Amino acid sequence: MTSEFRLAIGAALGRERVRTNIRKAMDGLVSKRAAAFPDADERERLRDQGEAIRGESVARLPELLEELERSCTRNGIQVHWAETGEDANRLVLDILRHAGATALLKGKSMVSEEMGLNEFLKHQGIEAVETDLGELIIQLAGEAPSHIIAPAIHKDRAEVAALFREHYPDEPPAERIEEMTALARRVMRKRFRGMTAGLSGVNFAVAETGTLCLVENEGNGRLCTTLPDLHIAVMGIEKVIARLDQVPPLLTLLTRSATGQPITTYVNFISGPRRPGEQDGPRAVHLILLDNGRSRIRLDPELSATLRCIRCAACMNHCPVYTRLGGHAYGTVYPGPIGSILEPQIHGLAERGEMAEASSLCGACAEVCPVRIPIPRLLNRLRFEAVNAQADSPTLGHGSRRLAGQAGLWRLWAWTCAHPRIYRTLTRLMTALRQLQPSRIKPWTDTREAPRIANQDLHRQARAAGFTDRL
Amino acid sequence: MPNTVYFFGTCLIDLLFPRTGLAAMRLLKRAGVRVIFPQGQTCCGQPAYNAGYRDEARRVARAQLDAFPAAVPVVVPSASCAGMLKVHYPLLLADTADAARADAFAGRVVELTDFLTRVLDVRLTDLGPPIRVAVHNSCSSRRELGVADATRDLLRRLARVDLVEPERAHECCGFGGTFAIKQPEISAAMAADKTSAIAATGAAVLVSQDCGCLMNLGGTFARRGGGPVIKHVAEFIWERTSHDE
Ligand code: SF4
Repeated sequence: MTSEFRLAIGAALGRERVRTNIRKAMDGLVSKRAAAFPDADERERLRDQGEAIRGESVARLPELLEELERSCTRNGIQVHWAETGEDANRLVLDILRHAGATALLKGKSMVSEEMGLNEFLKHQGIEAVETDLGELIIQLAGEAPSHIIAPAIHKDRAEVAALFREHYPDEPPAERIEEMTALARRVMRKRFRGMTAGLSGVNFAVAETGTLCLVENEGNGRLCTTLPDLHIAVMGIEKVIARLDQVPPLLTLLTRSATGQPITTYVNFISGPRRPGEQDGPRAVHLILLDNGRSRIRLDPELSATLRCIRCAACMNHCPVYTRLGGHAYGTVYPGPIGSILEPQIHGLAERGEMAEASSLCGACAEVCPVRIPIPRLLNRLRFEAVNAQADSPTLGHGSRRLAGQAGLWRLWAWTCAHPRIYRTLTRLMTALRQLQPSRIKPWTDTREAPRIANQDLHRQARAAGFTDRL
Repeated sequence: MPNTVYFFGTCLIDLLFPRTGLAAMRLLKRAGVRVIFPQGQTCCGQPAYNAGYRDEARRVARAQLDAFPAAVPVVVPSASCAGMLKVHYPLLLADTADAARADAFAGRVVELTDFLTRVLDVRLTDLGPPIRVAVHNSCSSRRELGVADATRDLLRRLARVDLVEPERAHECCGFGGTFAIKQPEISAAMAADKTSAIAATGAAVLVSQDCGCLMNLGGTFARRGGGPVIKHVAEFIWERTSHDE
């Protein structure tokens, strides 16, 4: 049976324009990252540091979160806990209603995508206004992000220009990049005025100081978090780090790995609402901590490495599968390698286990991951969990992809390969009957010729050539 | 320098490309090494391991440990299978009665081109005409074992071979074992791009140290027509340096 995912893959591979756009963009990001780390030794030292810092976050998660809550509260940030995306949406809604807000200014946030916040608010009659240029573009197109840091990366300039013409007919036509950003700025600035509530994501939250770090390049994030009277920050619980001195190495890794920048244009450190006597800043700051399966993921000592992720997207930029499909084919919030380990764990292997199969395990992702998540190893582990019917594994949906027939075949295969005599009898038989080998072996021969079975196997040829069997 | 080695032929070479296996063994023998081919060897178990069937992979892994008992190097003409034996056996058999055995075995495993260059430092006399050769390194050779450079190192010892590197050499060819079967469309798209990049080099021959990649790329070339001759690096070198047919 061809799954939905396989169908989406087929469709994505057929979209030449999107494929070209993505490939081009990924090539650009790949070379920018390479240029940002000219010294391999320094890069590897930084990655060691990144792994250690984020490893500490995951290992000490419960206590760090409690410390974060205390520090934030001390700073006047109101902290809320959400078990699920739905809970988080409700919290946002309550806060907005309480403040009497009817629209929400949004900075880029993948966690809000995970929550499905925009859709939810729409049903509640509250408009979410995206301010990140990429997010604005896909919102106009009615699409989901196709990349976690560059949501509209699948679109080329002409497509964006057409979208702007359609949605902003009164604006002068914008064809060049600068014209488009200027147009977006004009339209968005208008929207900023009079908005009373803003929402942002969080790149890192520092437990010891109660500081929320947010990086961005357009300045809209800063506006979202300072201009309206109310700022709501949403973050996955794993984004907490222990100390302020851990921020610089992580920021260096994040921006270089993501866009090849030594630092982003804007780096925001948010440490609370406006204090008496201050001229600007929100009057209330809320922090929503979303779990959504993360606590469960943390229970597994190997798979918990998933939570070290700092969402830099380097893994997808370098992924040969992602660069050919783009993000939409996955049909998930998080695409690419990180999505392929995270989504099956959040939503369960029954629903998303196929993502773990969409990898040749080439290792390009792990080679660049700034926090050294061993993605291929985790994919392998998830493939195991998917057919692991026995263990009381914490992984959601373990064993759900086990098919009796398939398991039987693997057992038979193992029995053959564990018994050399039987294996040799089989290879002898196959070589003897090589004329009967079918010329079409699906799906291999859909696009390739099949190799022919040799007339004599190596076991016999080696012996005939005089190579001895033992010492 | 070790005077005796085991040879792990891999199941792919056993059944489909025995000439490659024989060429590799002859190269070793000519370099003065005694080569033992245990008849008890079968498959490294990687297909089951990557499909998630770890119990089955473990059963097969144990059979290989049995087949290579002595403390001599195990030379493998595939970085992918060598990676399975060297990197994954210890993980697969950790916390089992065979853990120590797997660790010791892993320590003995050496990929063929790595062995020929780093350990044996073979000297090669090129008997062939000038030729342009494209190299494709498997992802395991690059990222799992870090032996990708050995292919070029080895080929540079042939005086009349002109080496070319296809564009995006770092990228996977799309084989990935069960991946090619489970996700045939993406796999095919990757193979198509890779074969185009290789064809663009104008090389007469494509070599690799992994038959899995070669089977994928060779099969794709055969279907699209044209393209270089496809050869495992061991077979290519043997043919260039021996007076055999
Ligand atoms: S898994 Fe690693 S490379 Fe991928 S987004 Fe996360 S931190 Fe970046």
